[in-house]
Parts: sequence; C-alpha cells; structure tokens
Amino acid sequence: MSRGTRSRPNYLAGAGSLVWLFLVGLPLYVMLAATVRTRSDYAEHGPLSFPESFTLDNYTSAFDSGFGRYFVNTLVVTACVIGIVLLLVPPLAYAIVRNRSRVTSHVFRLFLLGLAIPAQAVIVPMFYLISEAGLYDNLLGVILPTAAFCLPMSALILSGAMRDISPELFEAMAMDGATPRRMFFQLVLPLSRGGLSTIVVFSALQAWNGFLFPLVLTQSDSTKVVTLGLYNFQTEHGIDIPGLLGAVVLSMVPVLLVYLFARRALVQGLMGVGGK
Amino acid sequence: MNRMTTQITSAPVAAEPRKVARRRPEASSAARVGRPGFLWALPATVFFVLFAIAPLIMVAVLSFMSWNGLGSPEFVGLDNWSRLADDPVMLKSIWLTLLLTALGVVIQTPLSIVLGVWAAGHQRNRAVLSVVYFIPLLLSATAVSVLWRALLDPNFGIPARATWLFGDGNLFGGQATAIGVLAFVSTWQFTPFHTLIYQGAARAIPQVLYQAAEIDGAGRYRQFFHITLPQLRNSVITSMILMIVGGLTTFETVLILTQGGPGTDTTISAYYMYQKAFKGFDFGAGAAIALALVIAATIVSLIVVRVSGYDKMRSDMEGVS
Repeated sequence: MSRGTRSRPNYLAGAGSLVWLFLVGLPLYVMLAATVRTRSDYAEHGPLSFPESFTLDNYTSAFDSGFGRYFVNTLVVTACVIGIVLLLVPPLAYAIVRNRSRVTSHVFRLFLLGLAIPAQAVIVPMFYLISEAGLYDNLLGVILPTAAFCLPMSALILSGAMRDISPELFEAMAMDGATPRRMFFQLVLPLSRGGLSTIVVFSALQAWNGFLFPLVLTQSDSTKVVTLGLYNFQTEHGIDIPGLLGAVVLSMVPVLLVYLFARRALVQGLMGVGGK
Repeated sequence: MNRMTTQITSAPVAAEPRKVARRRPEASSAARVGRPGFLWALPATVFFVLFAIAPLIMVAVLSFMSWNGLGSPEFVGLDNWSRLADDPVMLKSIWLTLLLTALGVVIQTPLSIVLGVWAAGHQRNRAVLSVVYFIPLLLSATAVSVLWRALLDPNFGIPARATWLFGDGNLFGGQATAIGVLAFVSTWQFTPFHTLIYQGAARAIPQVLYQAAEIDGAGRYRQFFHITLPQLRNSVITSMILMIVGGLTTFETVLILTQGGPGTDTTISAYYMYQKAFKGFDFGAGAAIALALVIAATIVSLIVVRVSGYDKMRSDMEGVS
C-alpha cells in the first residue's frame, strides 16, 4: 500500500516526541534516583547528579511516618467504591439499554449531566451533609461521595458496552420465556465483561487518586488516605525530599501494577469520556 | 468497623433490583418481551441524587446563606454575592482562572495533536516510548504536584542547580514564574491524556484518504493539514472542552505548588473557594464561588453533550487502543 511517504521517517514529529520523552523521563529519573540516596547526598550533589549512595531508608521512613495505615485506608475506600459501583451500575445500564420508557431516558440524561459536575463544586454542601449525617472523619463519609461521582462515567461506559449486545440474543431468550432477571445474569453480565472491567478500573483510579473529598471530609491520622498523606508529608517534612519522593513512588506502585497487567482496561478506564 | 457500616447502608439498595425482578415479569412479561422495568435503574438513581444532585442544589441554597461550619445556616439574601463582587481577590481570581485555562488550551492542544498523531503511526520504537509517555497519567494530581514541588524546590531542586537558566532559582517567588510553573505542571500531567484522545482518533482515519492523497502527490505536511487535522475536528472539540472544564476546576496543583501565592498572585477561583470555606469558615461565600464555577462548567459541558453527540446515546469507546 502506501509505502512511499508513510515509511519515510517523520523527523519533525520524531524530534517533538524525543523532547517530550526528555520532559517526562527526566523528572521520573530524578524521582527514582532521589528515593534511593541519602538526604545528605541529595542536598549536597543536587537532584540531577548520579546517586553516590544507596539506601532504602526513604521507603522505610515513609512507612514509619504512617503510610502503612494510609495504604490500608485507601484500599478500604477503593474496595468499597468498586463494590458500590458494581452493585449499582450494571442494573442501571441494563435499564438504560433495554427499558424503553421515557423516564429511563430522562434518568440517562441526568447521569450525562452529572458528568459535568466537578467535585470542587459540591464540597461545601457535601461537608454540611456528611457532618449532619455524623460521618465526618469517617471513611464511609469519603466512600459515599466518591462512589456517587463514579456513577455517571461508569453508566456511560457500561451502557455503551451493553448496547453492543445483539438484539437477536435477547429475542431468542425471550422466546424461551426468560425473565429480565435471567437475561441480566445469563446474557448481559457475561457479555459485558469488558465494560465491567473498565468501570472497575475507572472507579478504582478515582478512589485511589481521590484527594478533595478526603481533604475536606476527614481530619485525623486514622482516616487518612495516601494522597492526603503525601500532602501532609509535603507540608510537614517538605525539606526531606528523598523521603517525600519515596512516598510518591509508593503511592503509584499499585497503579503501575494494574498498568502492567491490565493495560487495555486501564487505558479505557482513564479515557472514559475521551474515547472517541 | 467501617466495612460493616458500608454493608448496612448499601444492603437495602442492593437488594432492590432482585425484588423488582421477581415481581415484574408476572405483571407484564408477555407485553414487554422480557424488558426490565424502570425499577432496575432506581437504586443507582437514588444514590446519585442523594450524593451528587442534592449537594448541587444545596450549593445554590447555601450561596444565599451564612454558615460558619457550626450551628445552622441562616438566610442572608444576596449578601455573599455582593461581598464577592466587591472583593478584589475574587475578581483577580477570575482573571487568573481564565488565564490559566487559556494557557492550558493553547499549550496542550498543538502538543497533544502532534504527539497523538505521531503515536498513532507504526514506528517500531513507538510502543516502548508510549509506555514512558503515559506514566504521568498514572500519577494522581496530588502525586504530580508533590513531585514537581520537590523537583522545583528553591533550595534543593533543579532550579537551584541551574541558576544560569532560572535566575535566583525561586520560581515560586514571582507571579509570572509561579503561573508558568502551574501551566507547565498541568501540561506535564494532562498532555498524555489528550494525546491518547488524538492517538485513538488518528488511528480511526481511513487509510484510503492518505492513499488517494499520495496518488495526487500530496506530501506529508499537506496530508497532515488537509486530511489529518480536518478528520480530528470532533476530537479537538472534545479535548478542548475537557481542558476548559479541567482548567476551571484546577485545585490540587495550586494548593500544593503555590498555596495561591506569592500573596494572592496565583489564587484561582477554585482555590479561593476552598480558602473562604475551609480556612475562613465563610461557607456561604464558598458556596457562591462554587455555584459560579458550576454554572461556567455546565455551560461548557452542555456544549460537550451537544457537539459530541453523547445525547444521541452512541457507543463512545470506538478507537480506544
């Protein structure tokens, strides 16, 4: 086919991509290099030099300053958010795709509009609501709003996946006298596994990386999540840069693992809206 | 203990669809050919209304009330709004928000188009490079900001070692450089995401168009401007609108990198809202700023829904790698 120009190297774009590689790679190198050197080595030789010392103290000190507990808290939040999303979204998406009533299409519009609500916009009333409900400084108070803000995108992704199921399959099952419930469990769920894994990854990322809700809805060390721990570490020990960066690296390890083992689901989960 | 409470609250919600499913078919299975009832959508809708729509309505109500975080809110009419209208920091924050949003769009759009189109090609090194490229996406906004705060530290960071480039090395000391840092960090963080949008869209362009152009003797750059760019039109719109909504609501970056400083020189609206409400305990004013942000973001995203055709309910995952 188009052998001519297509295979000739594109120098301009290639150069641009190298610049970008440098812009991304350099900070990542500095970060990793800083985390394995001692504080004095970093302070003396600067971030750009090659490490002259090797130590894992920065990682252990991150754990000593409470990150172990923050990880457990974040895991609890993430697991519960995924649980809520998996309980609520599949039936919702099923109704959006298969129920023909006008009410359902209004509901779908409501969720689409919800895509546009930034979390920043509701933190003031959320603080009021959660305080009134007695959930301030409680992980549940973080879990509920975080899960709610995962619903619009998850509904959009999963209903997109369910819409790809062929109508003939539904008709065939209806001929056999299948109830909507049986179709849901035997047809819809098995055939939308791709969409399900995408919404799991999407919700997990939202919960794992969430910052604003924990920031305003929790207070004590026992309810701190990882992102909040990073922020606090920075404000309290801002000078201990190797230690701080060690904590940053630890916070991204789980996401990196997902990236390695479920790259496709992760990319789709990240993309959400932009998947066009 | 937290897990237990979660289960208690979510249990009734979870049980509902099953109950519904059992009741529904007997009522009307023949007529509806096994279609699920609206009640399948109910649990999610109730949950969403409770924790997203209700707060959104409350933000509007609270913007006309005075509340210091304790006791109950009191109605004060337009007081919050008139105070904000006379507040020079508020007016400045609007300009700063617009400036940073515009900088984001202007810098990131061309960059991510070029990178996305390049990444959509079939170079052998592309797969290896794109792994590194997309790492910023995996980091939370918090981690990105903390990382750059550390790398740009006035005493121990990169600028202190490269004074020939950065002057006194304190990028957080002046307004221009502080805004530059914020724009740069947002670019670093979000360009990979928009690159992915363009990569997917560029892959979906039919090869036939390029083959035809080649027969007509069009070179690479003519092909780019006459085929690739016009074909990416919808993606440009989607991506720009996402940038605008993201720009209007930028918060973590400012909180962690500059704390709105020096002085109030990088205090953008979302950060000012946080300060008013959670540092100054003036929740009414915070709610008013939030409402203004919602209105701005809603206008933009209504355009998203219109332009991108989401309201026509089509599958949106096409072209994702």
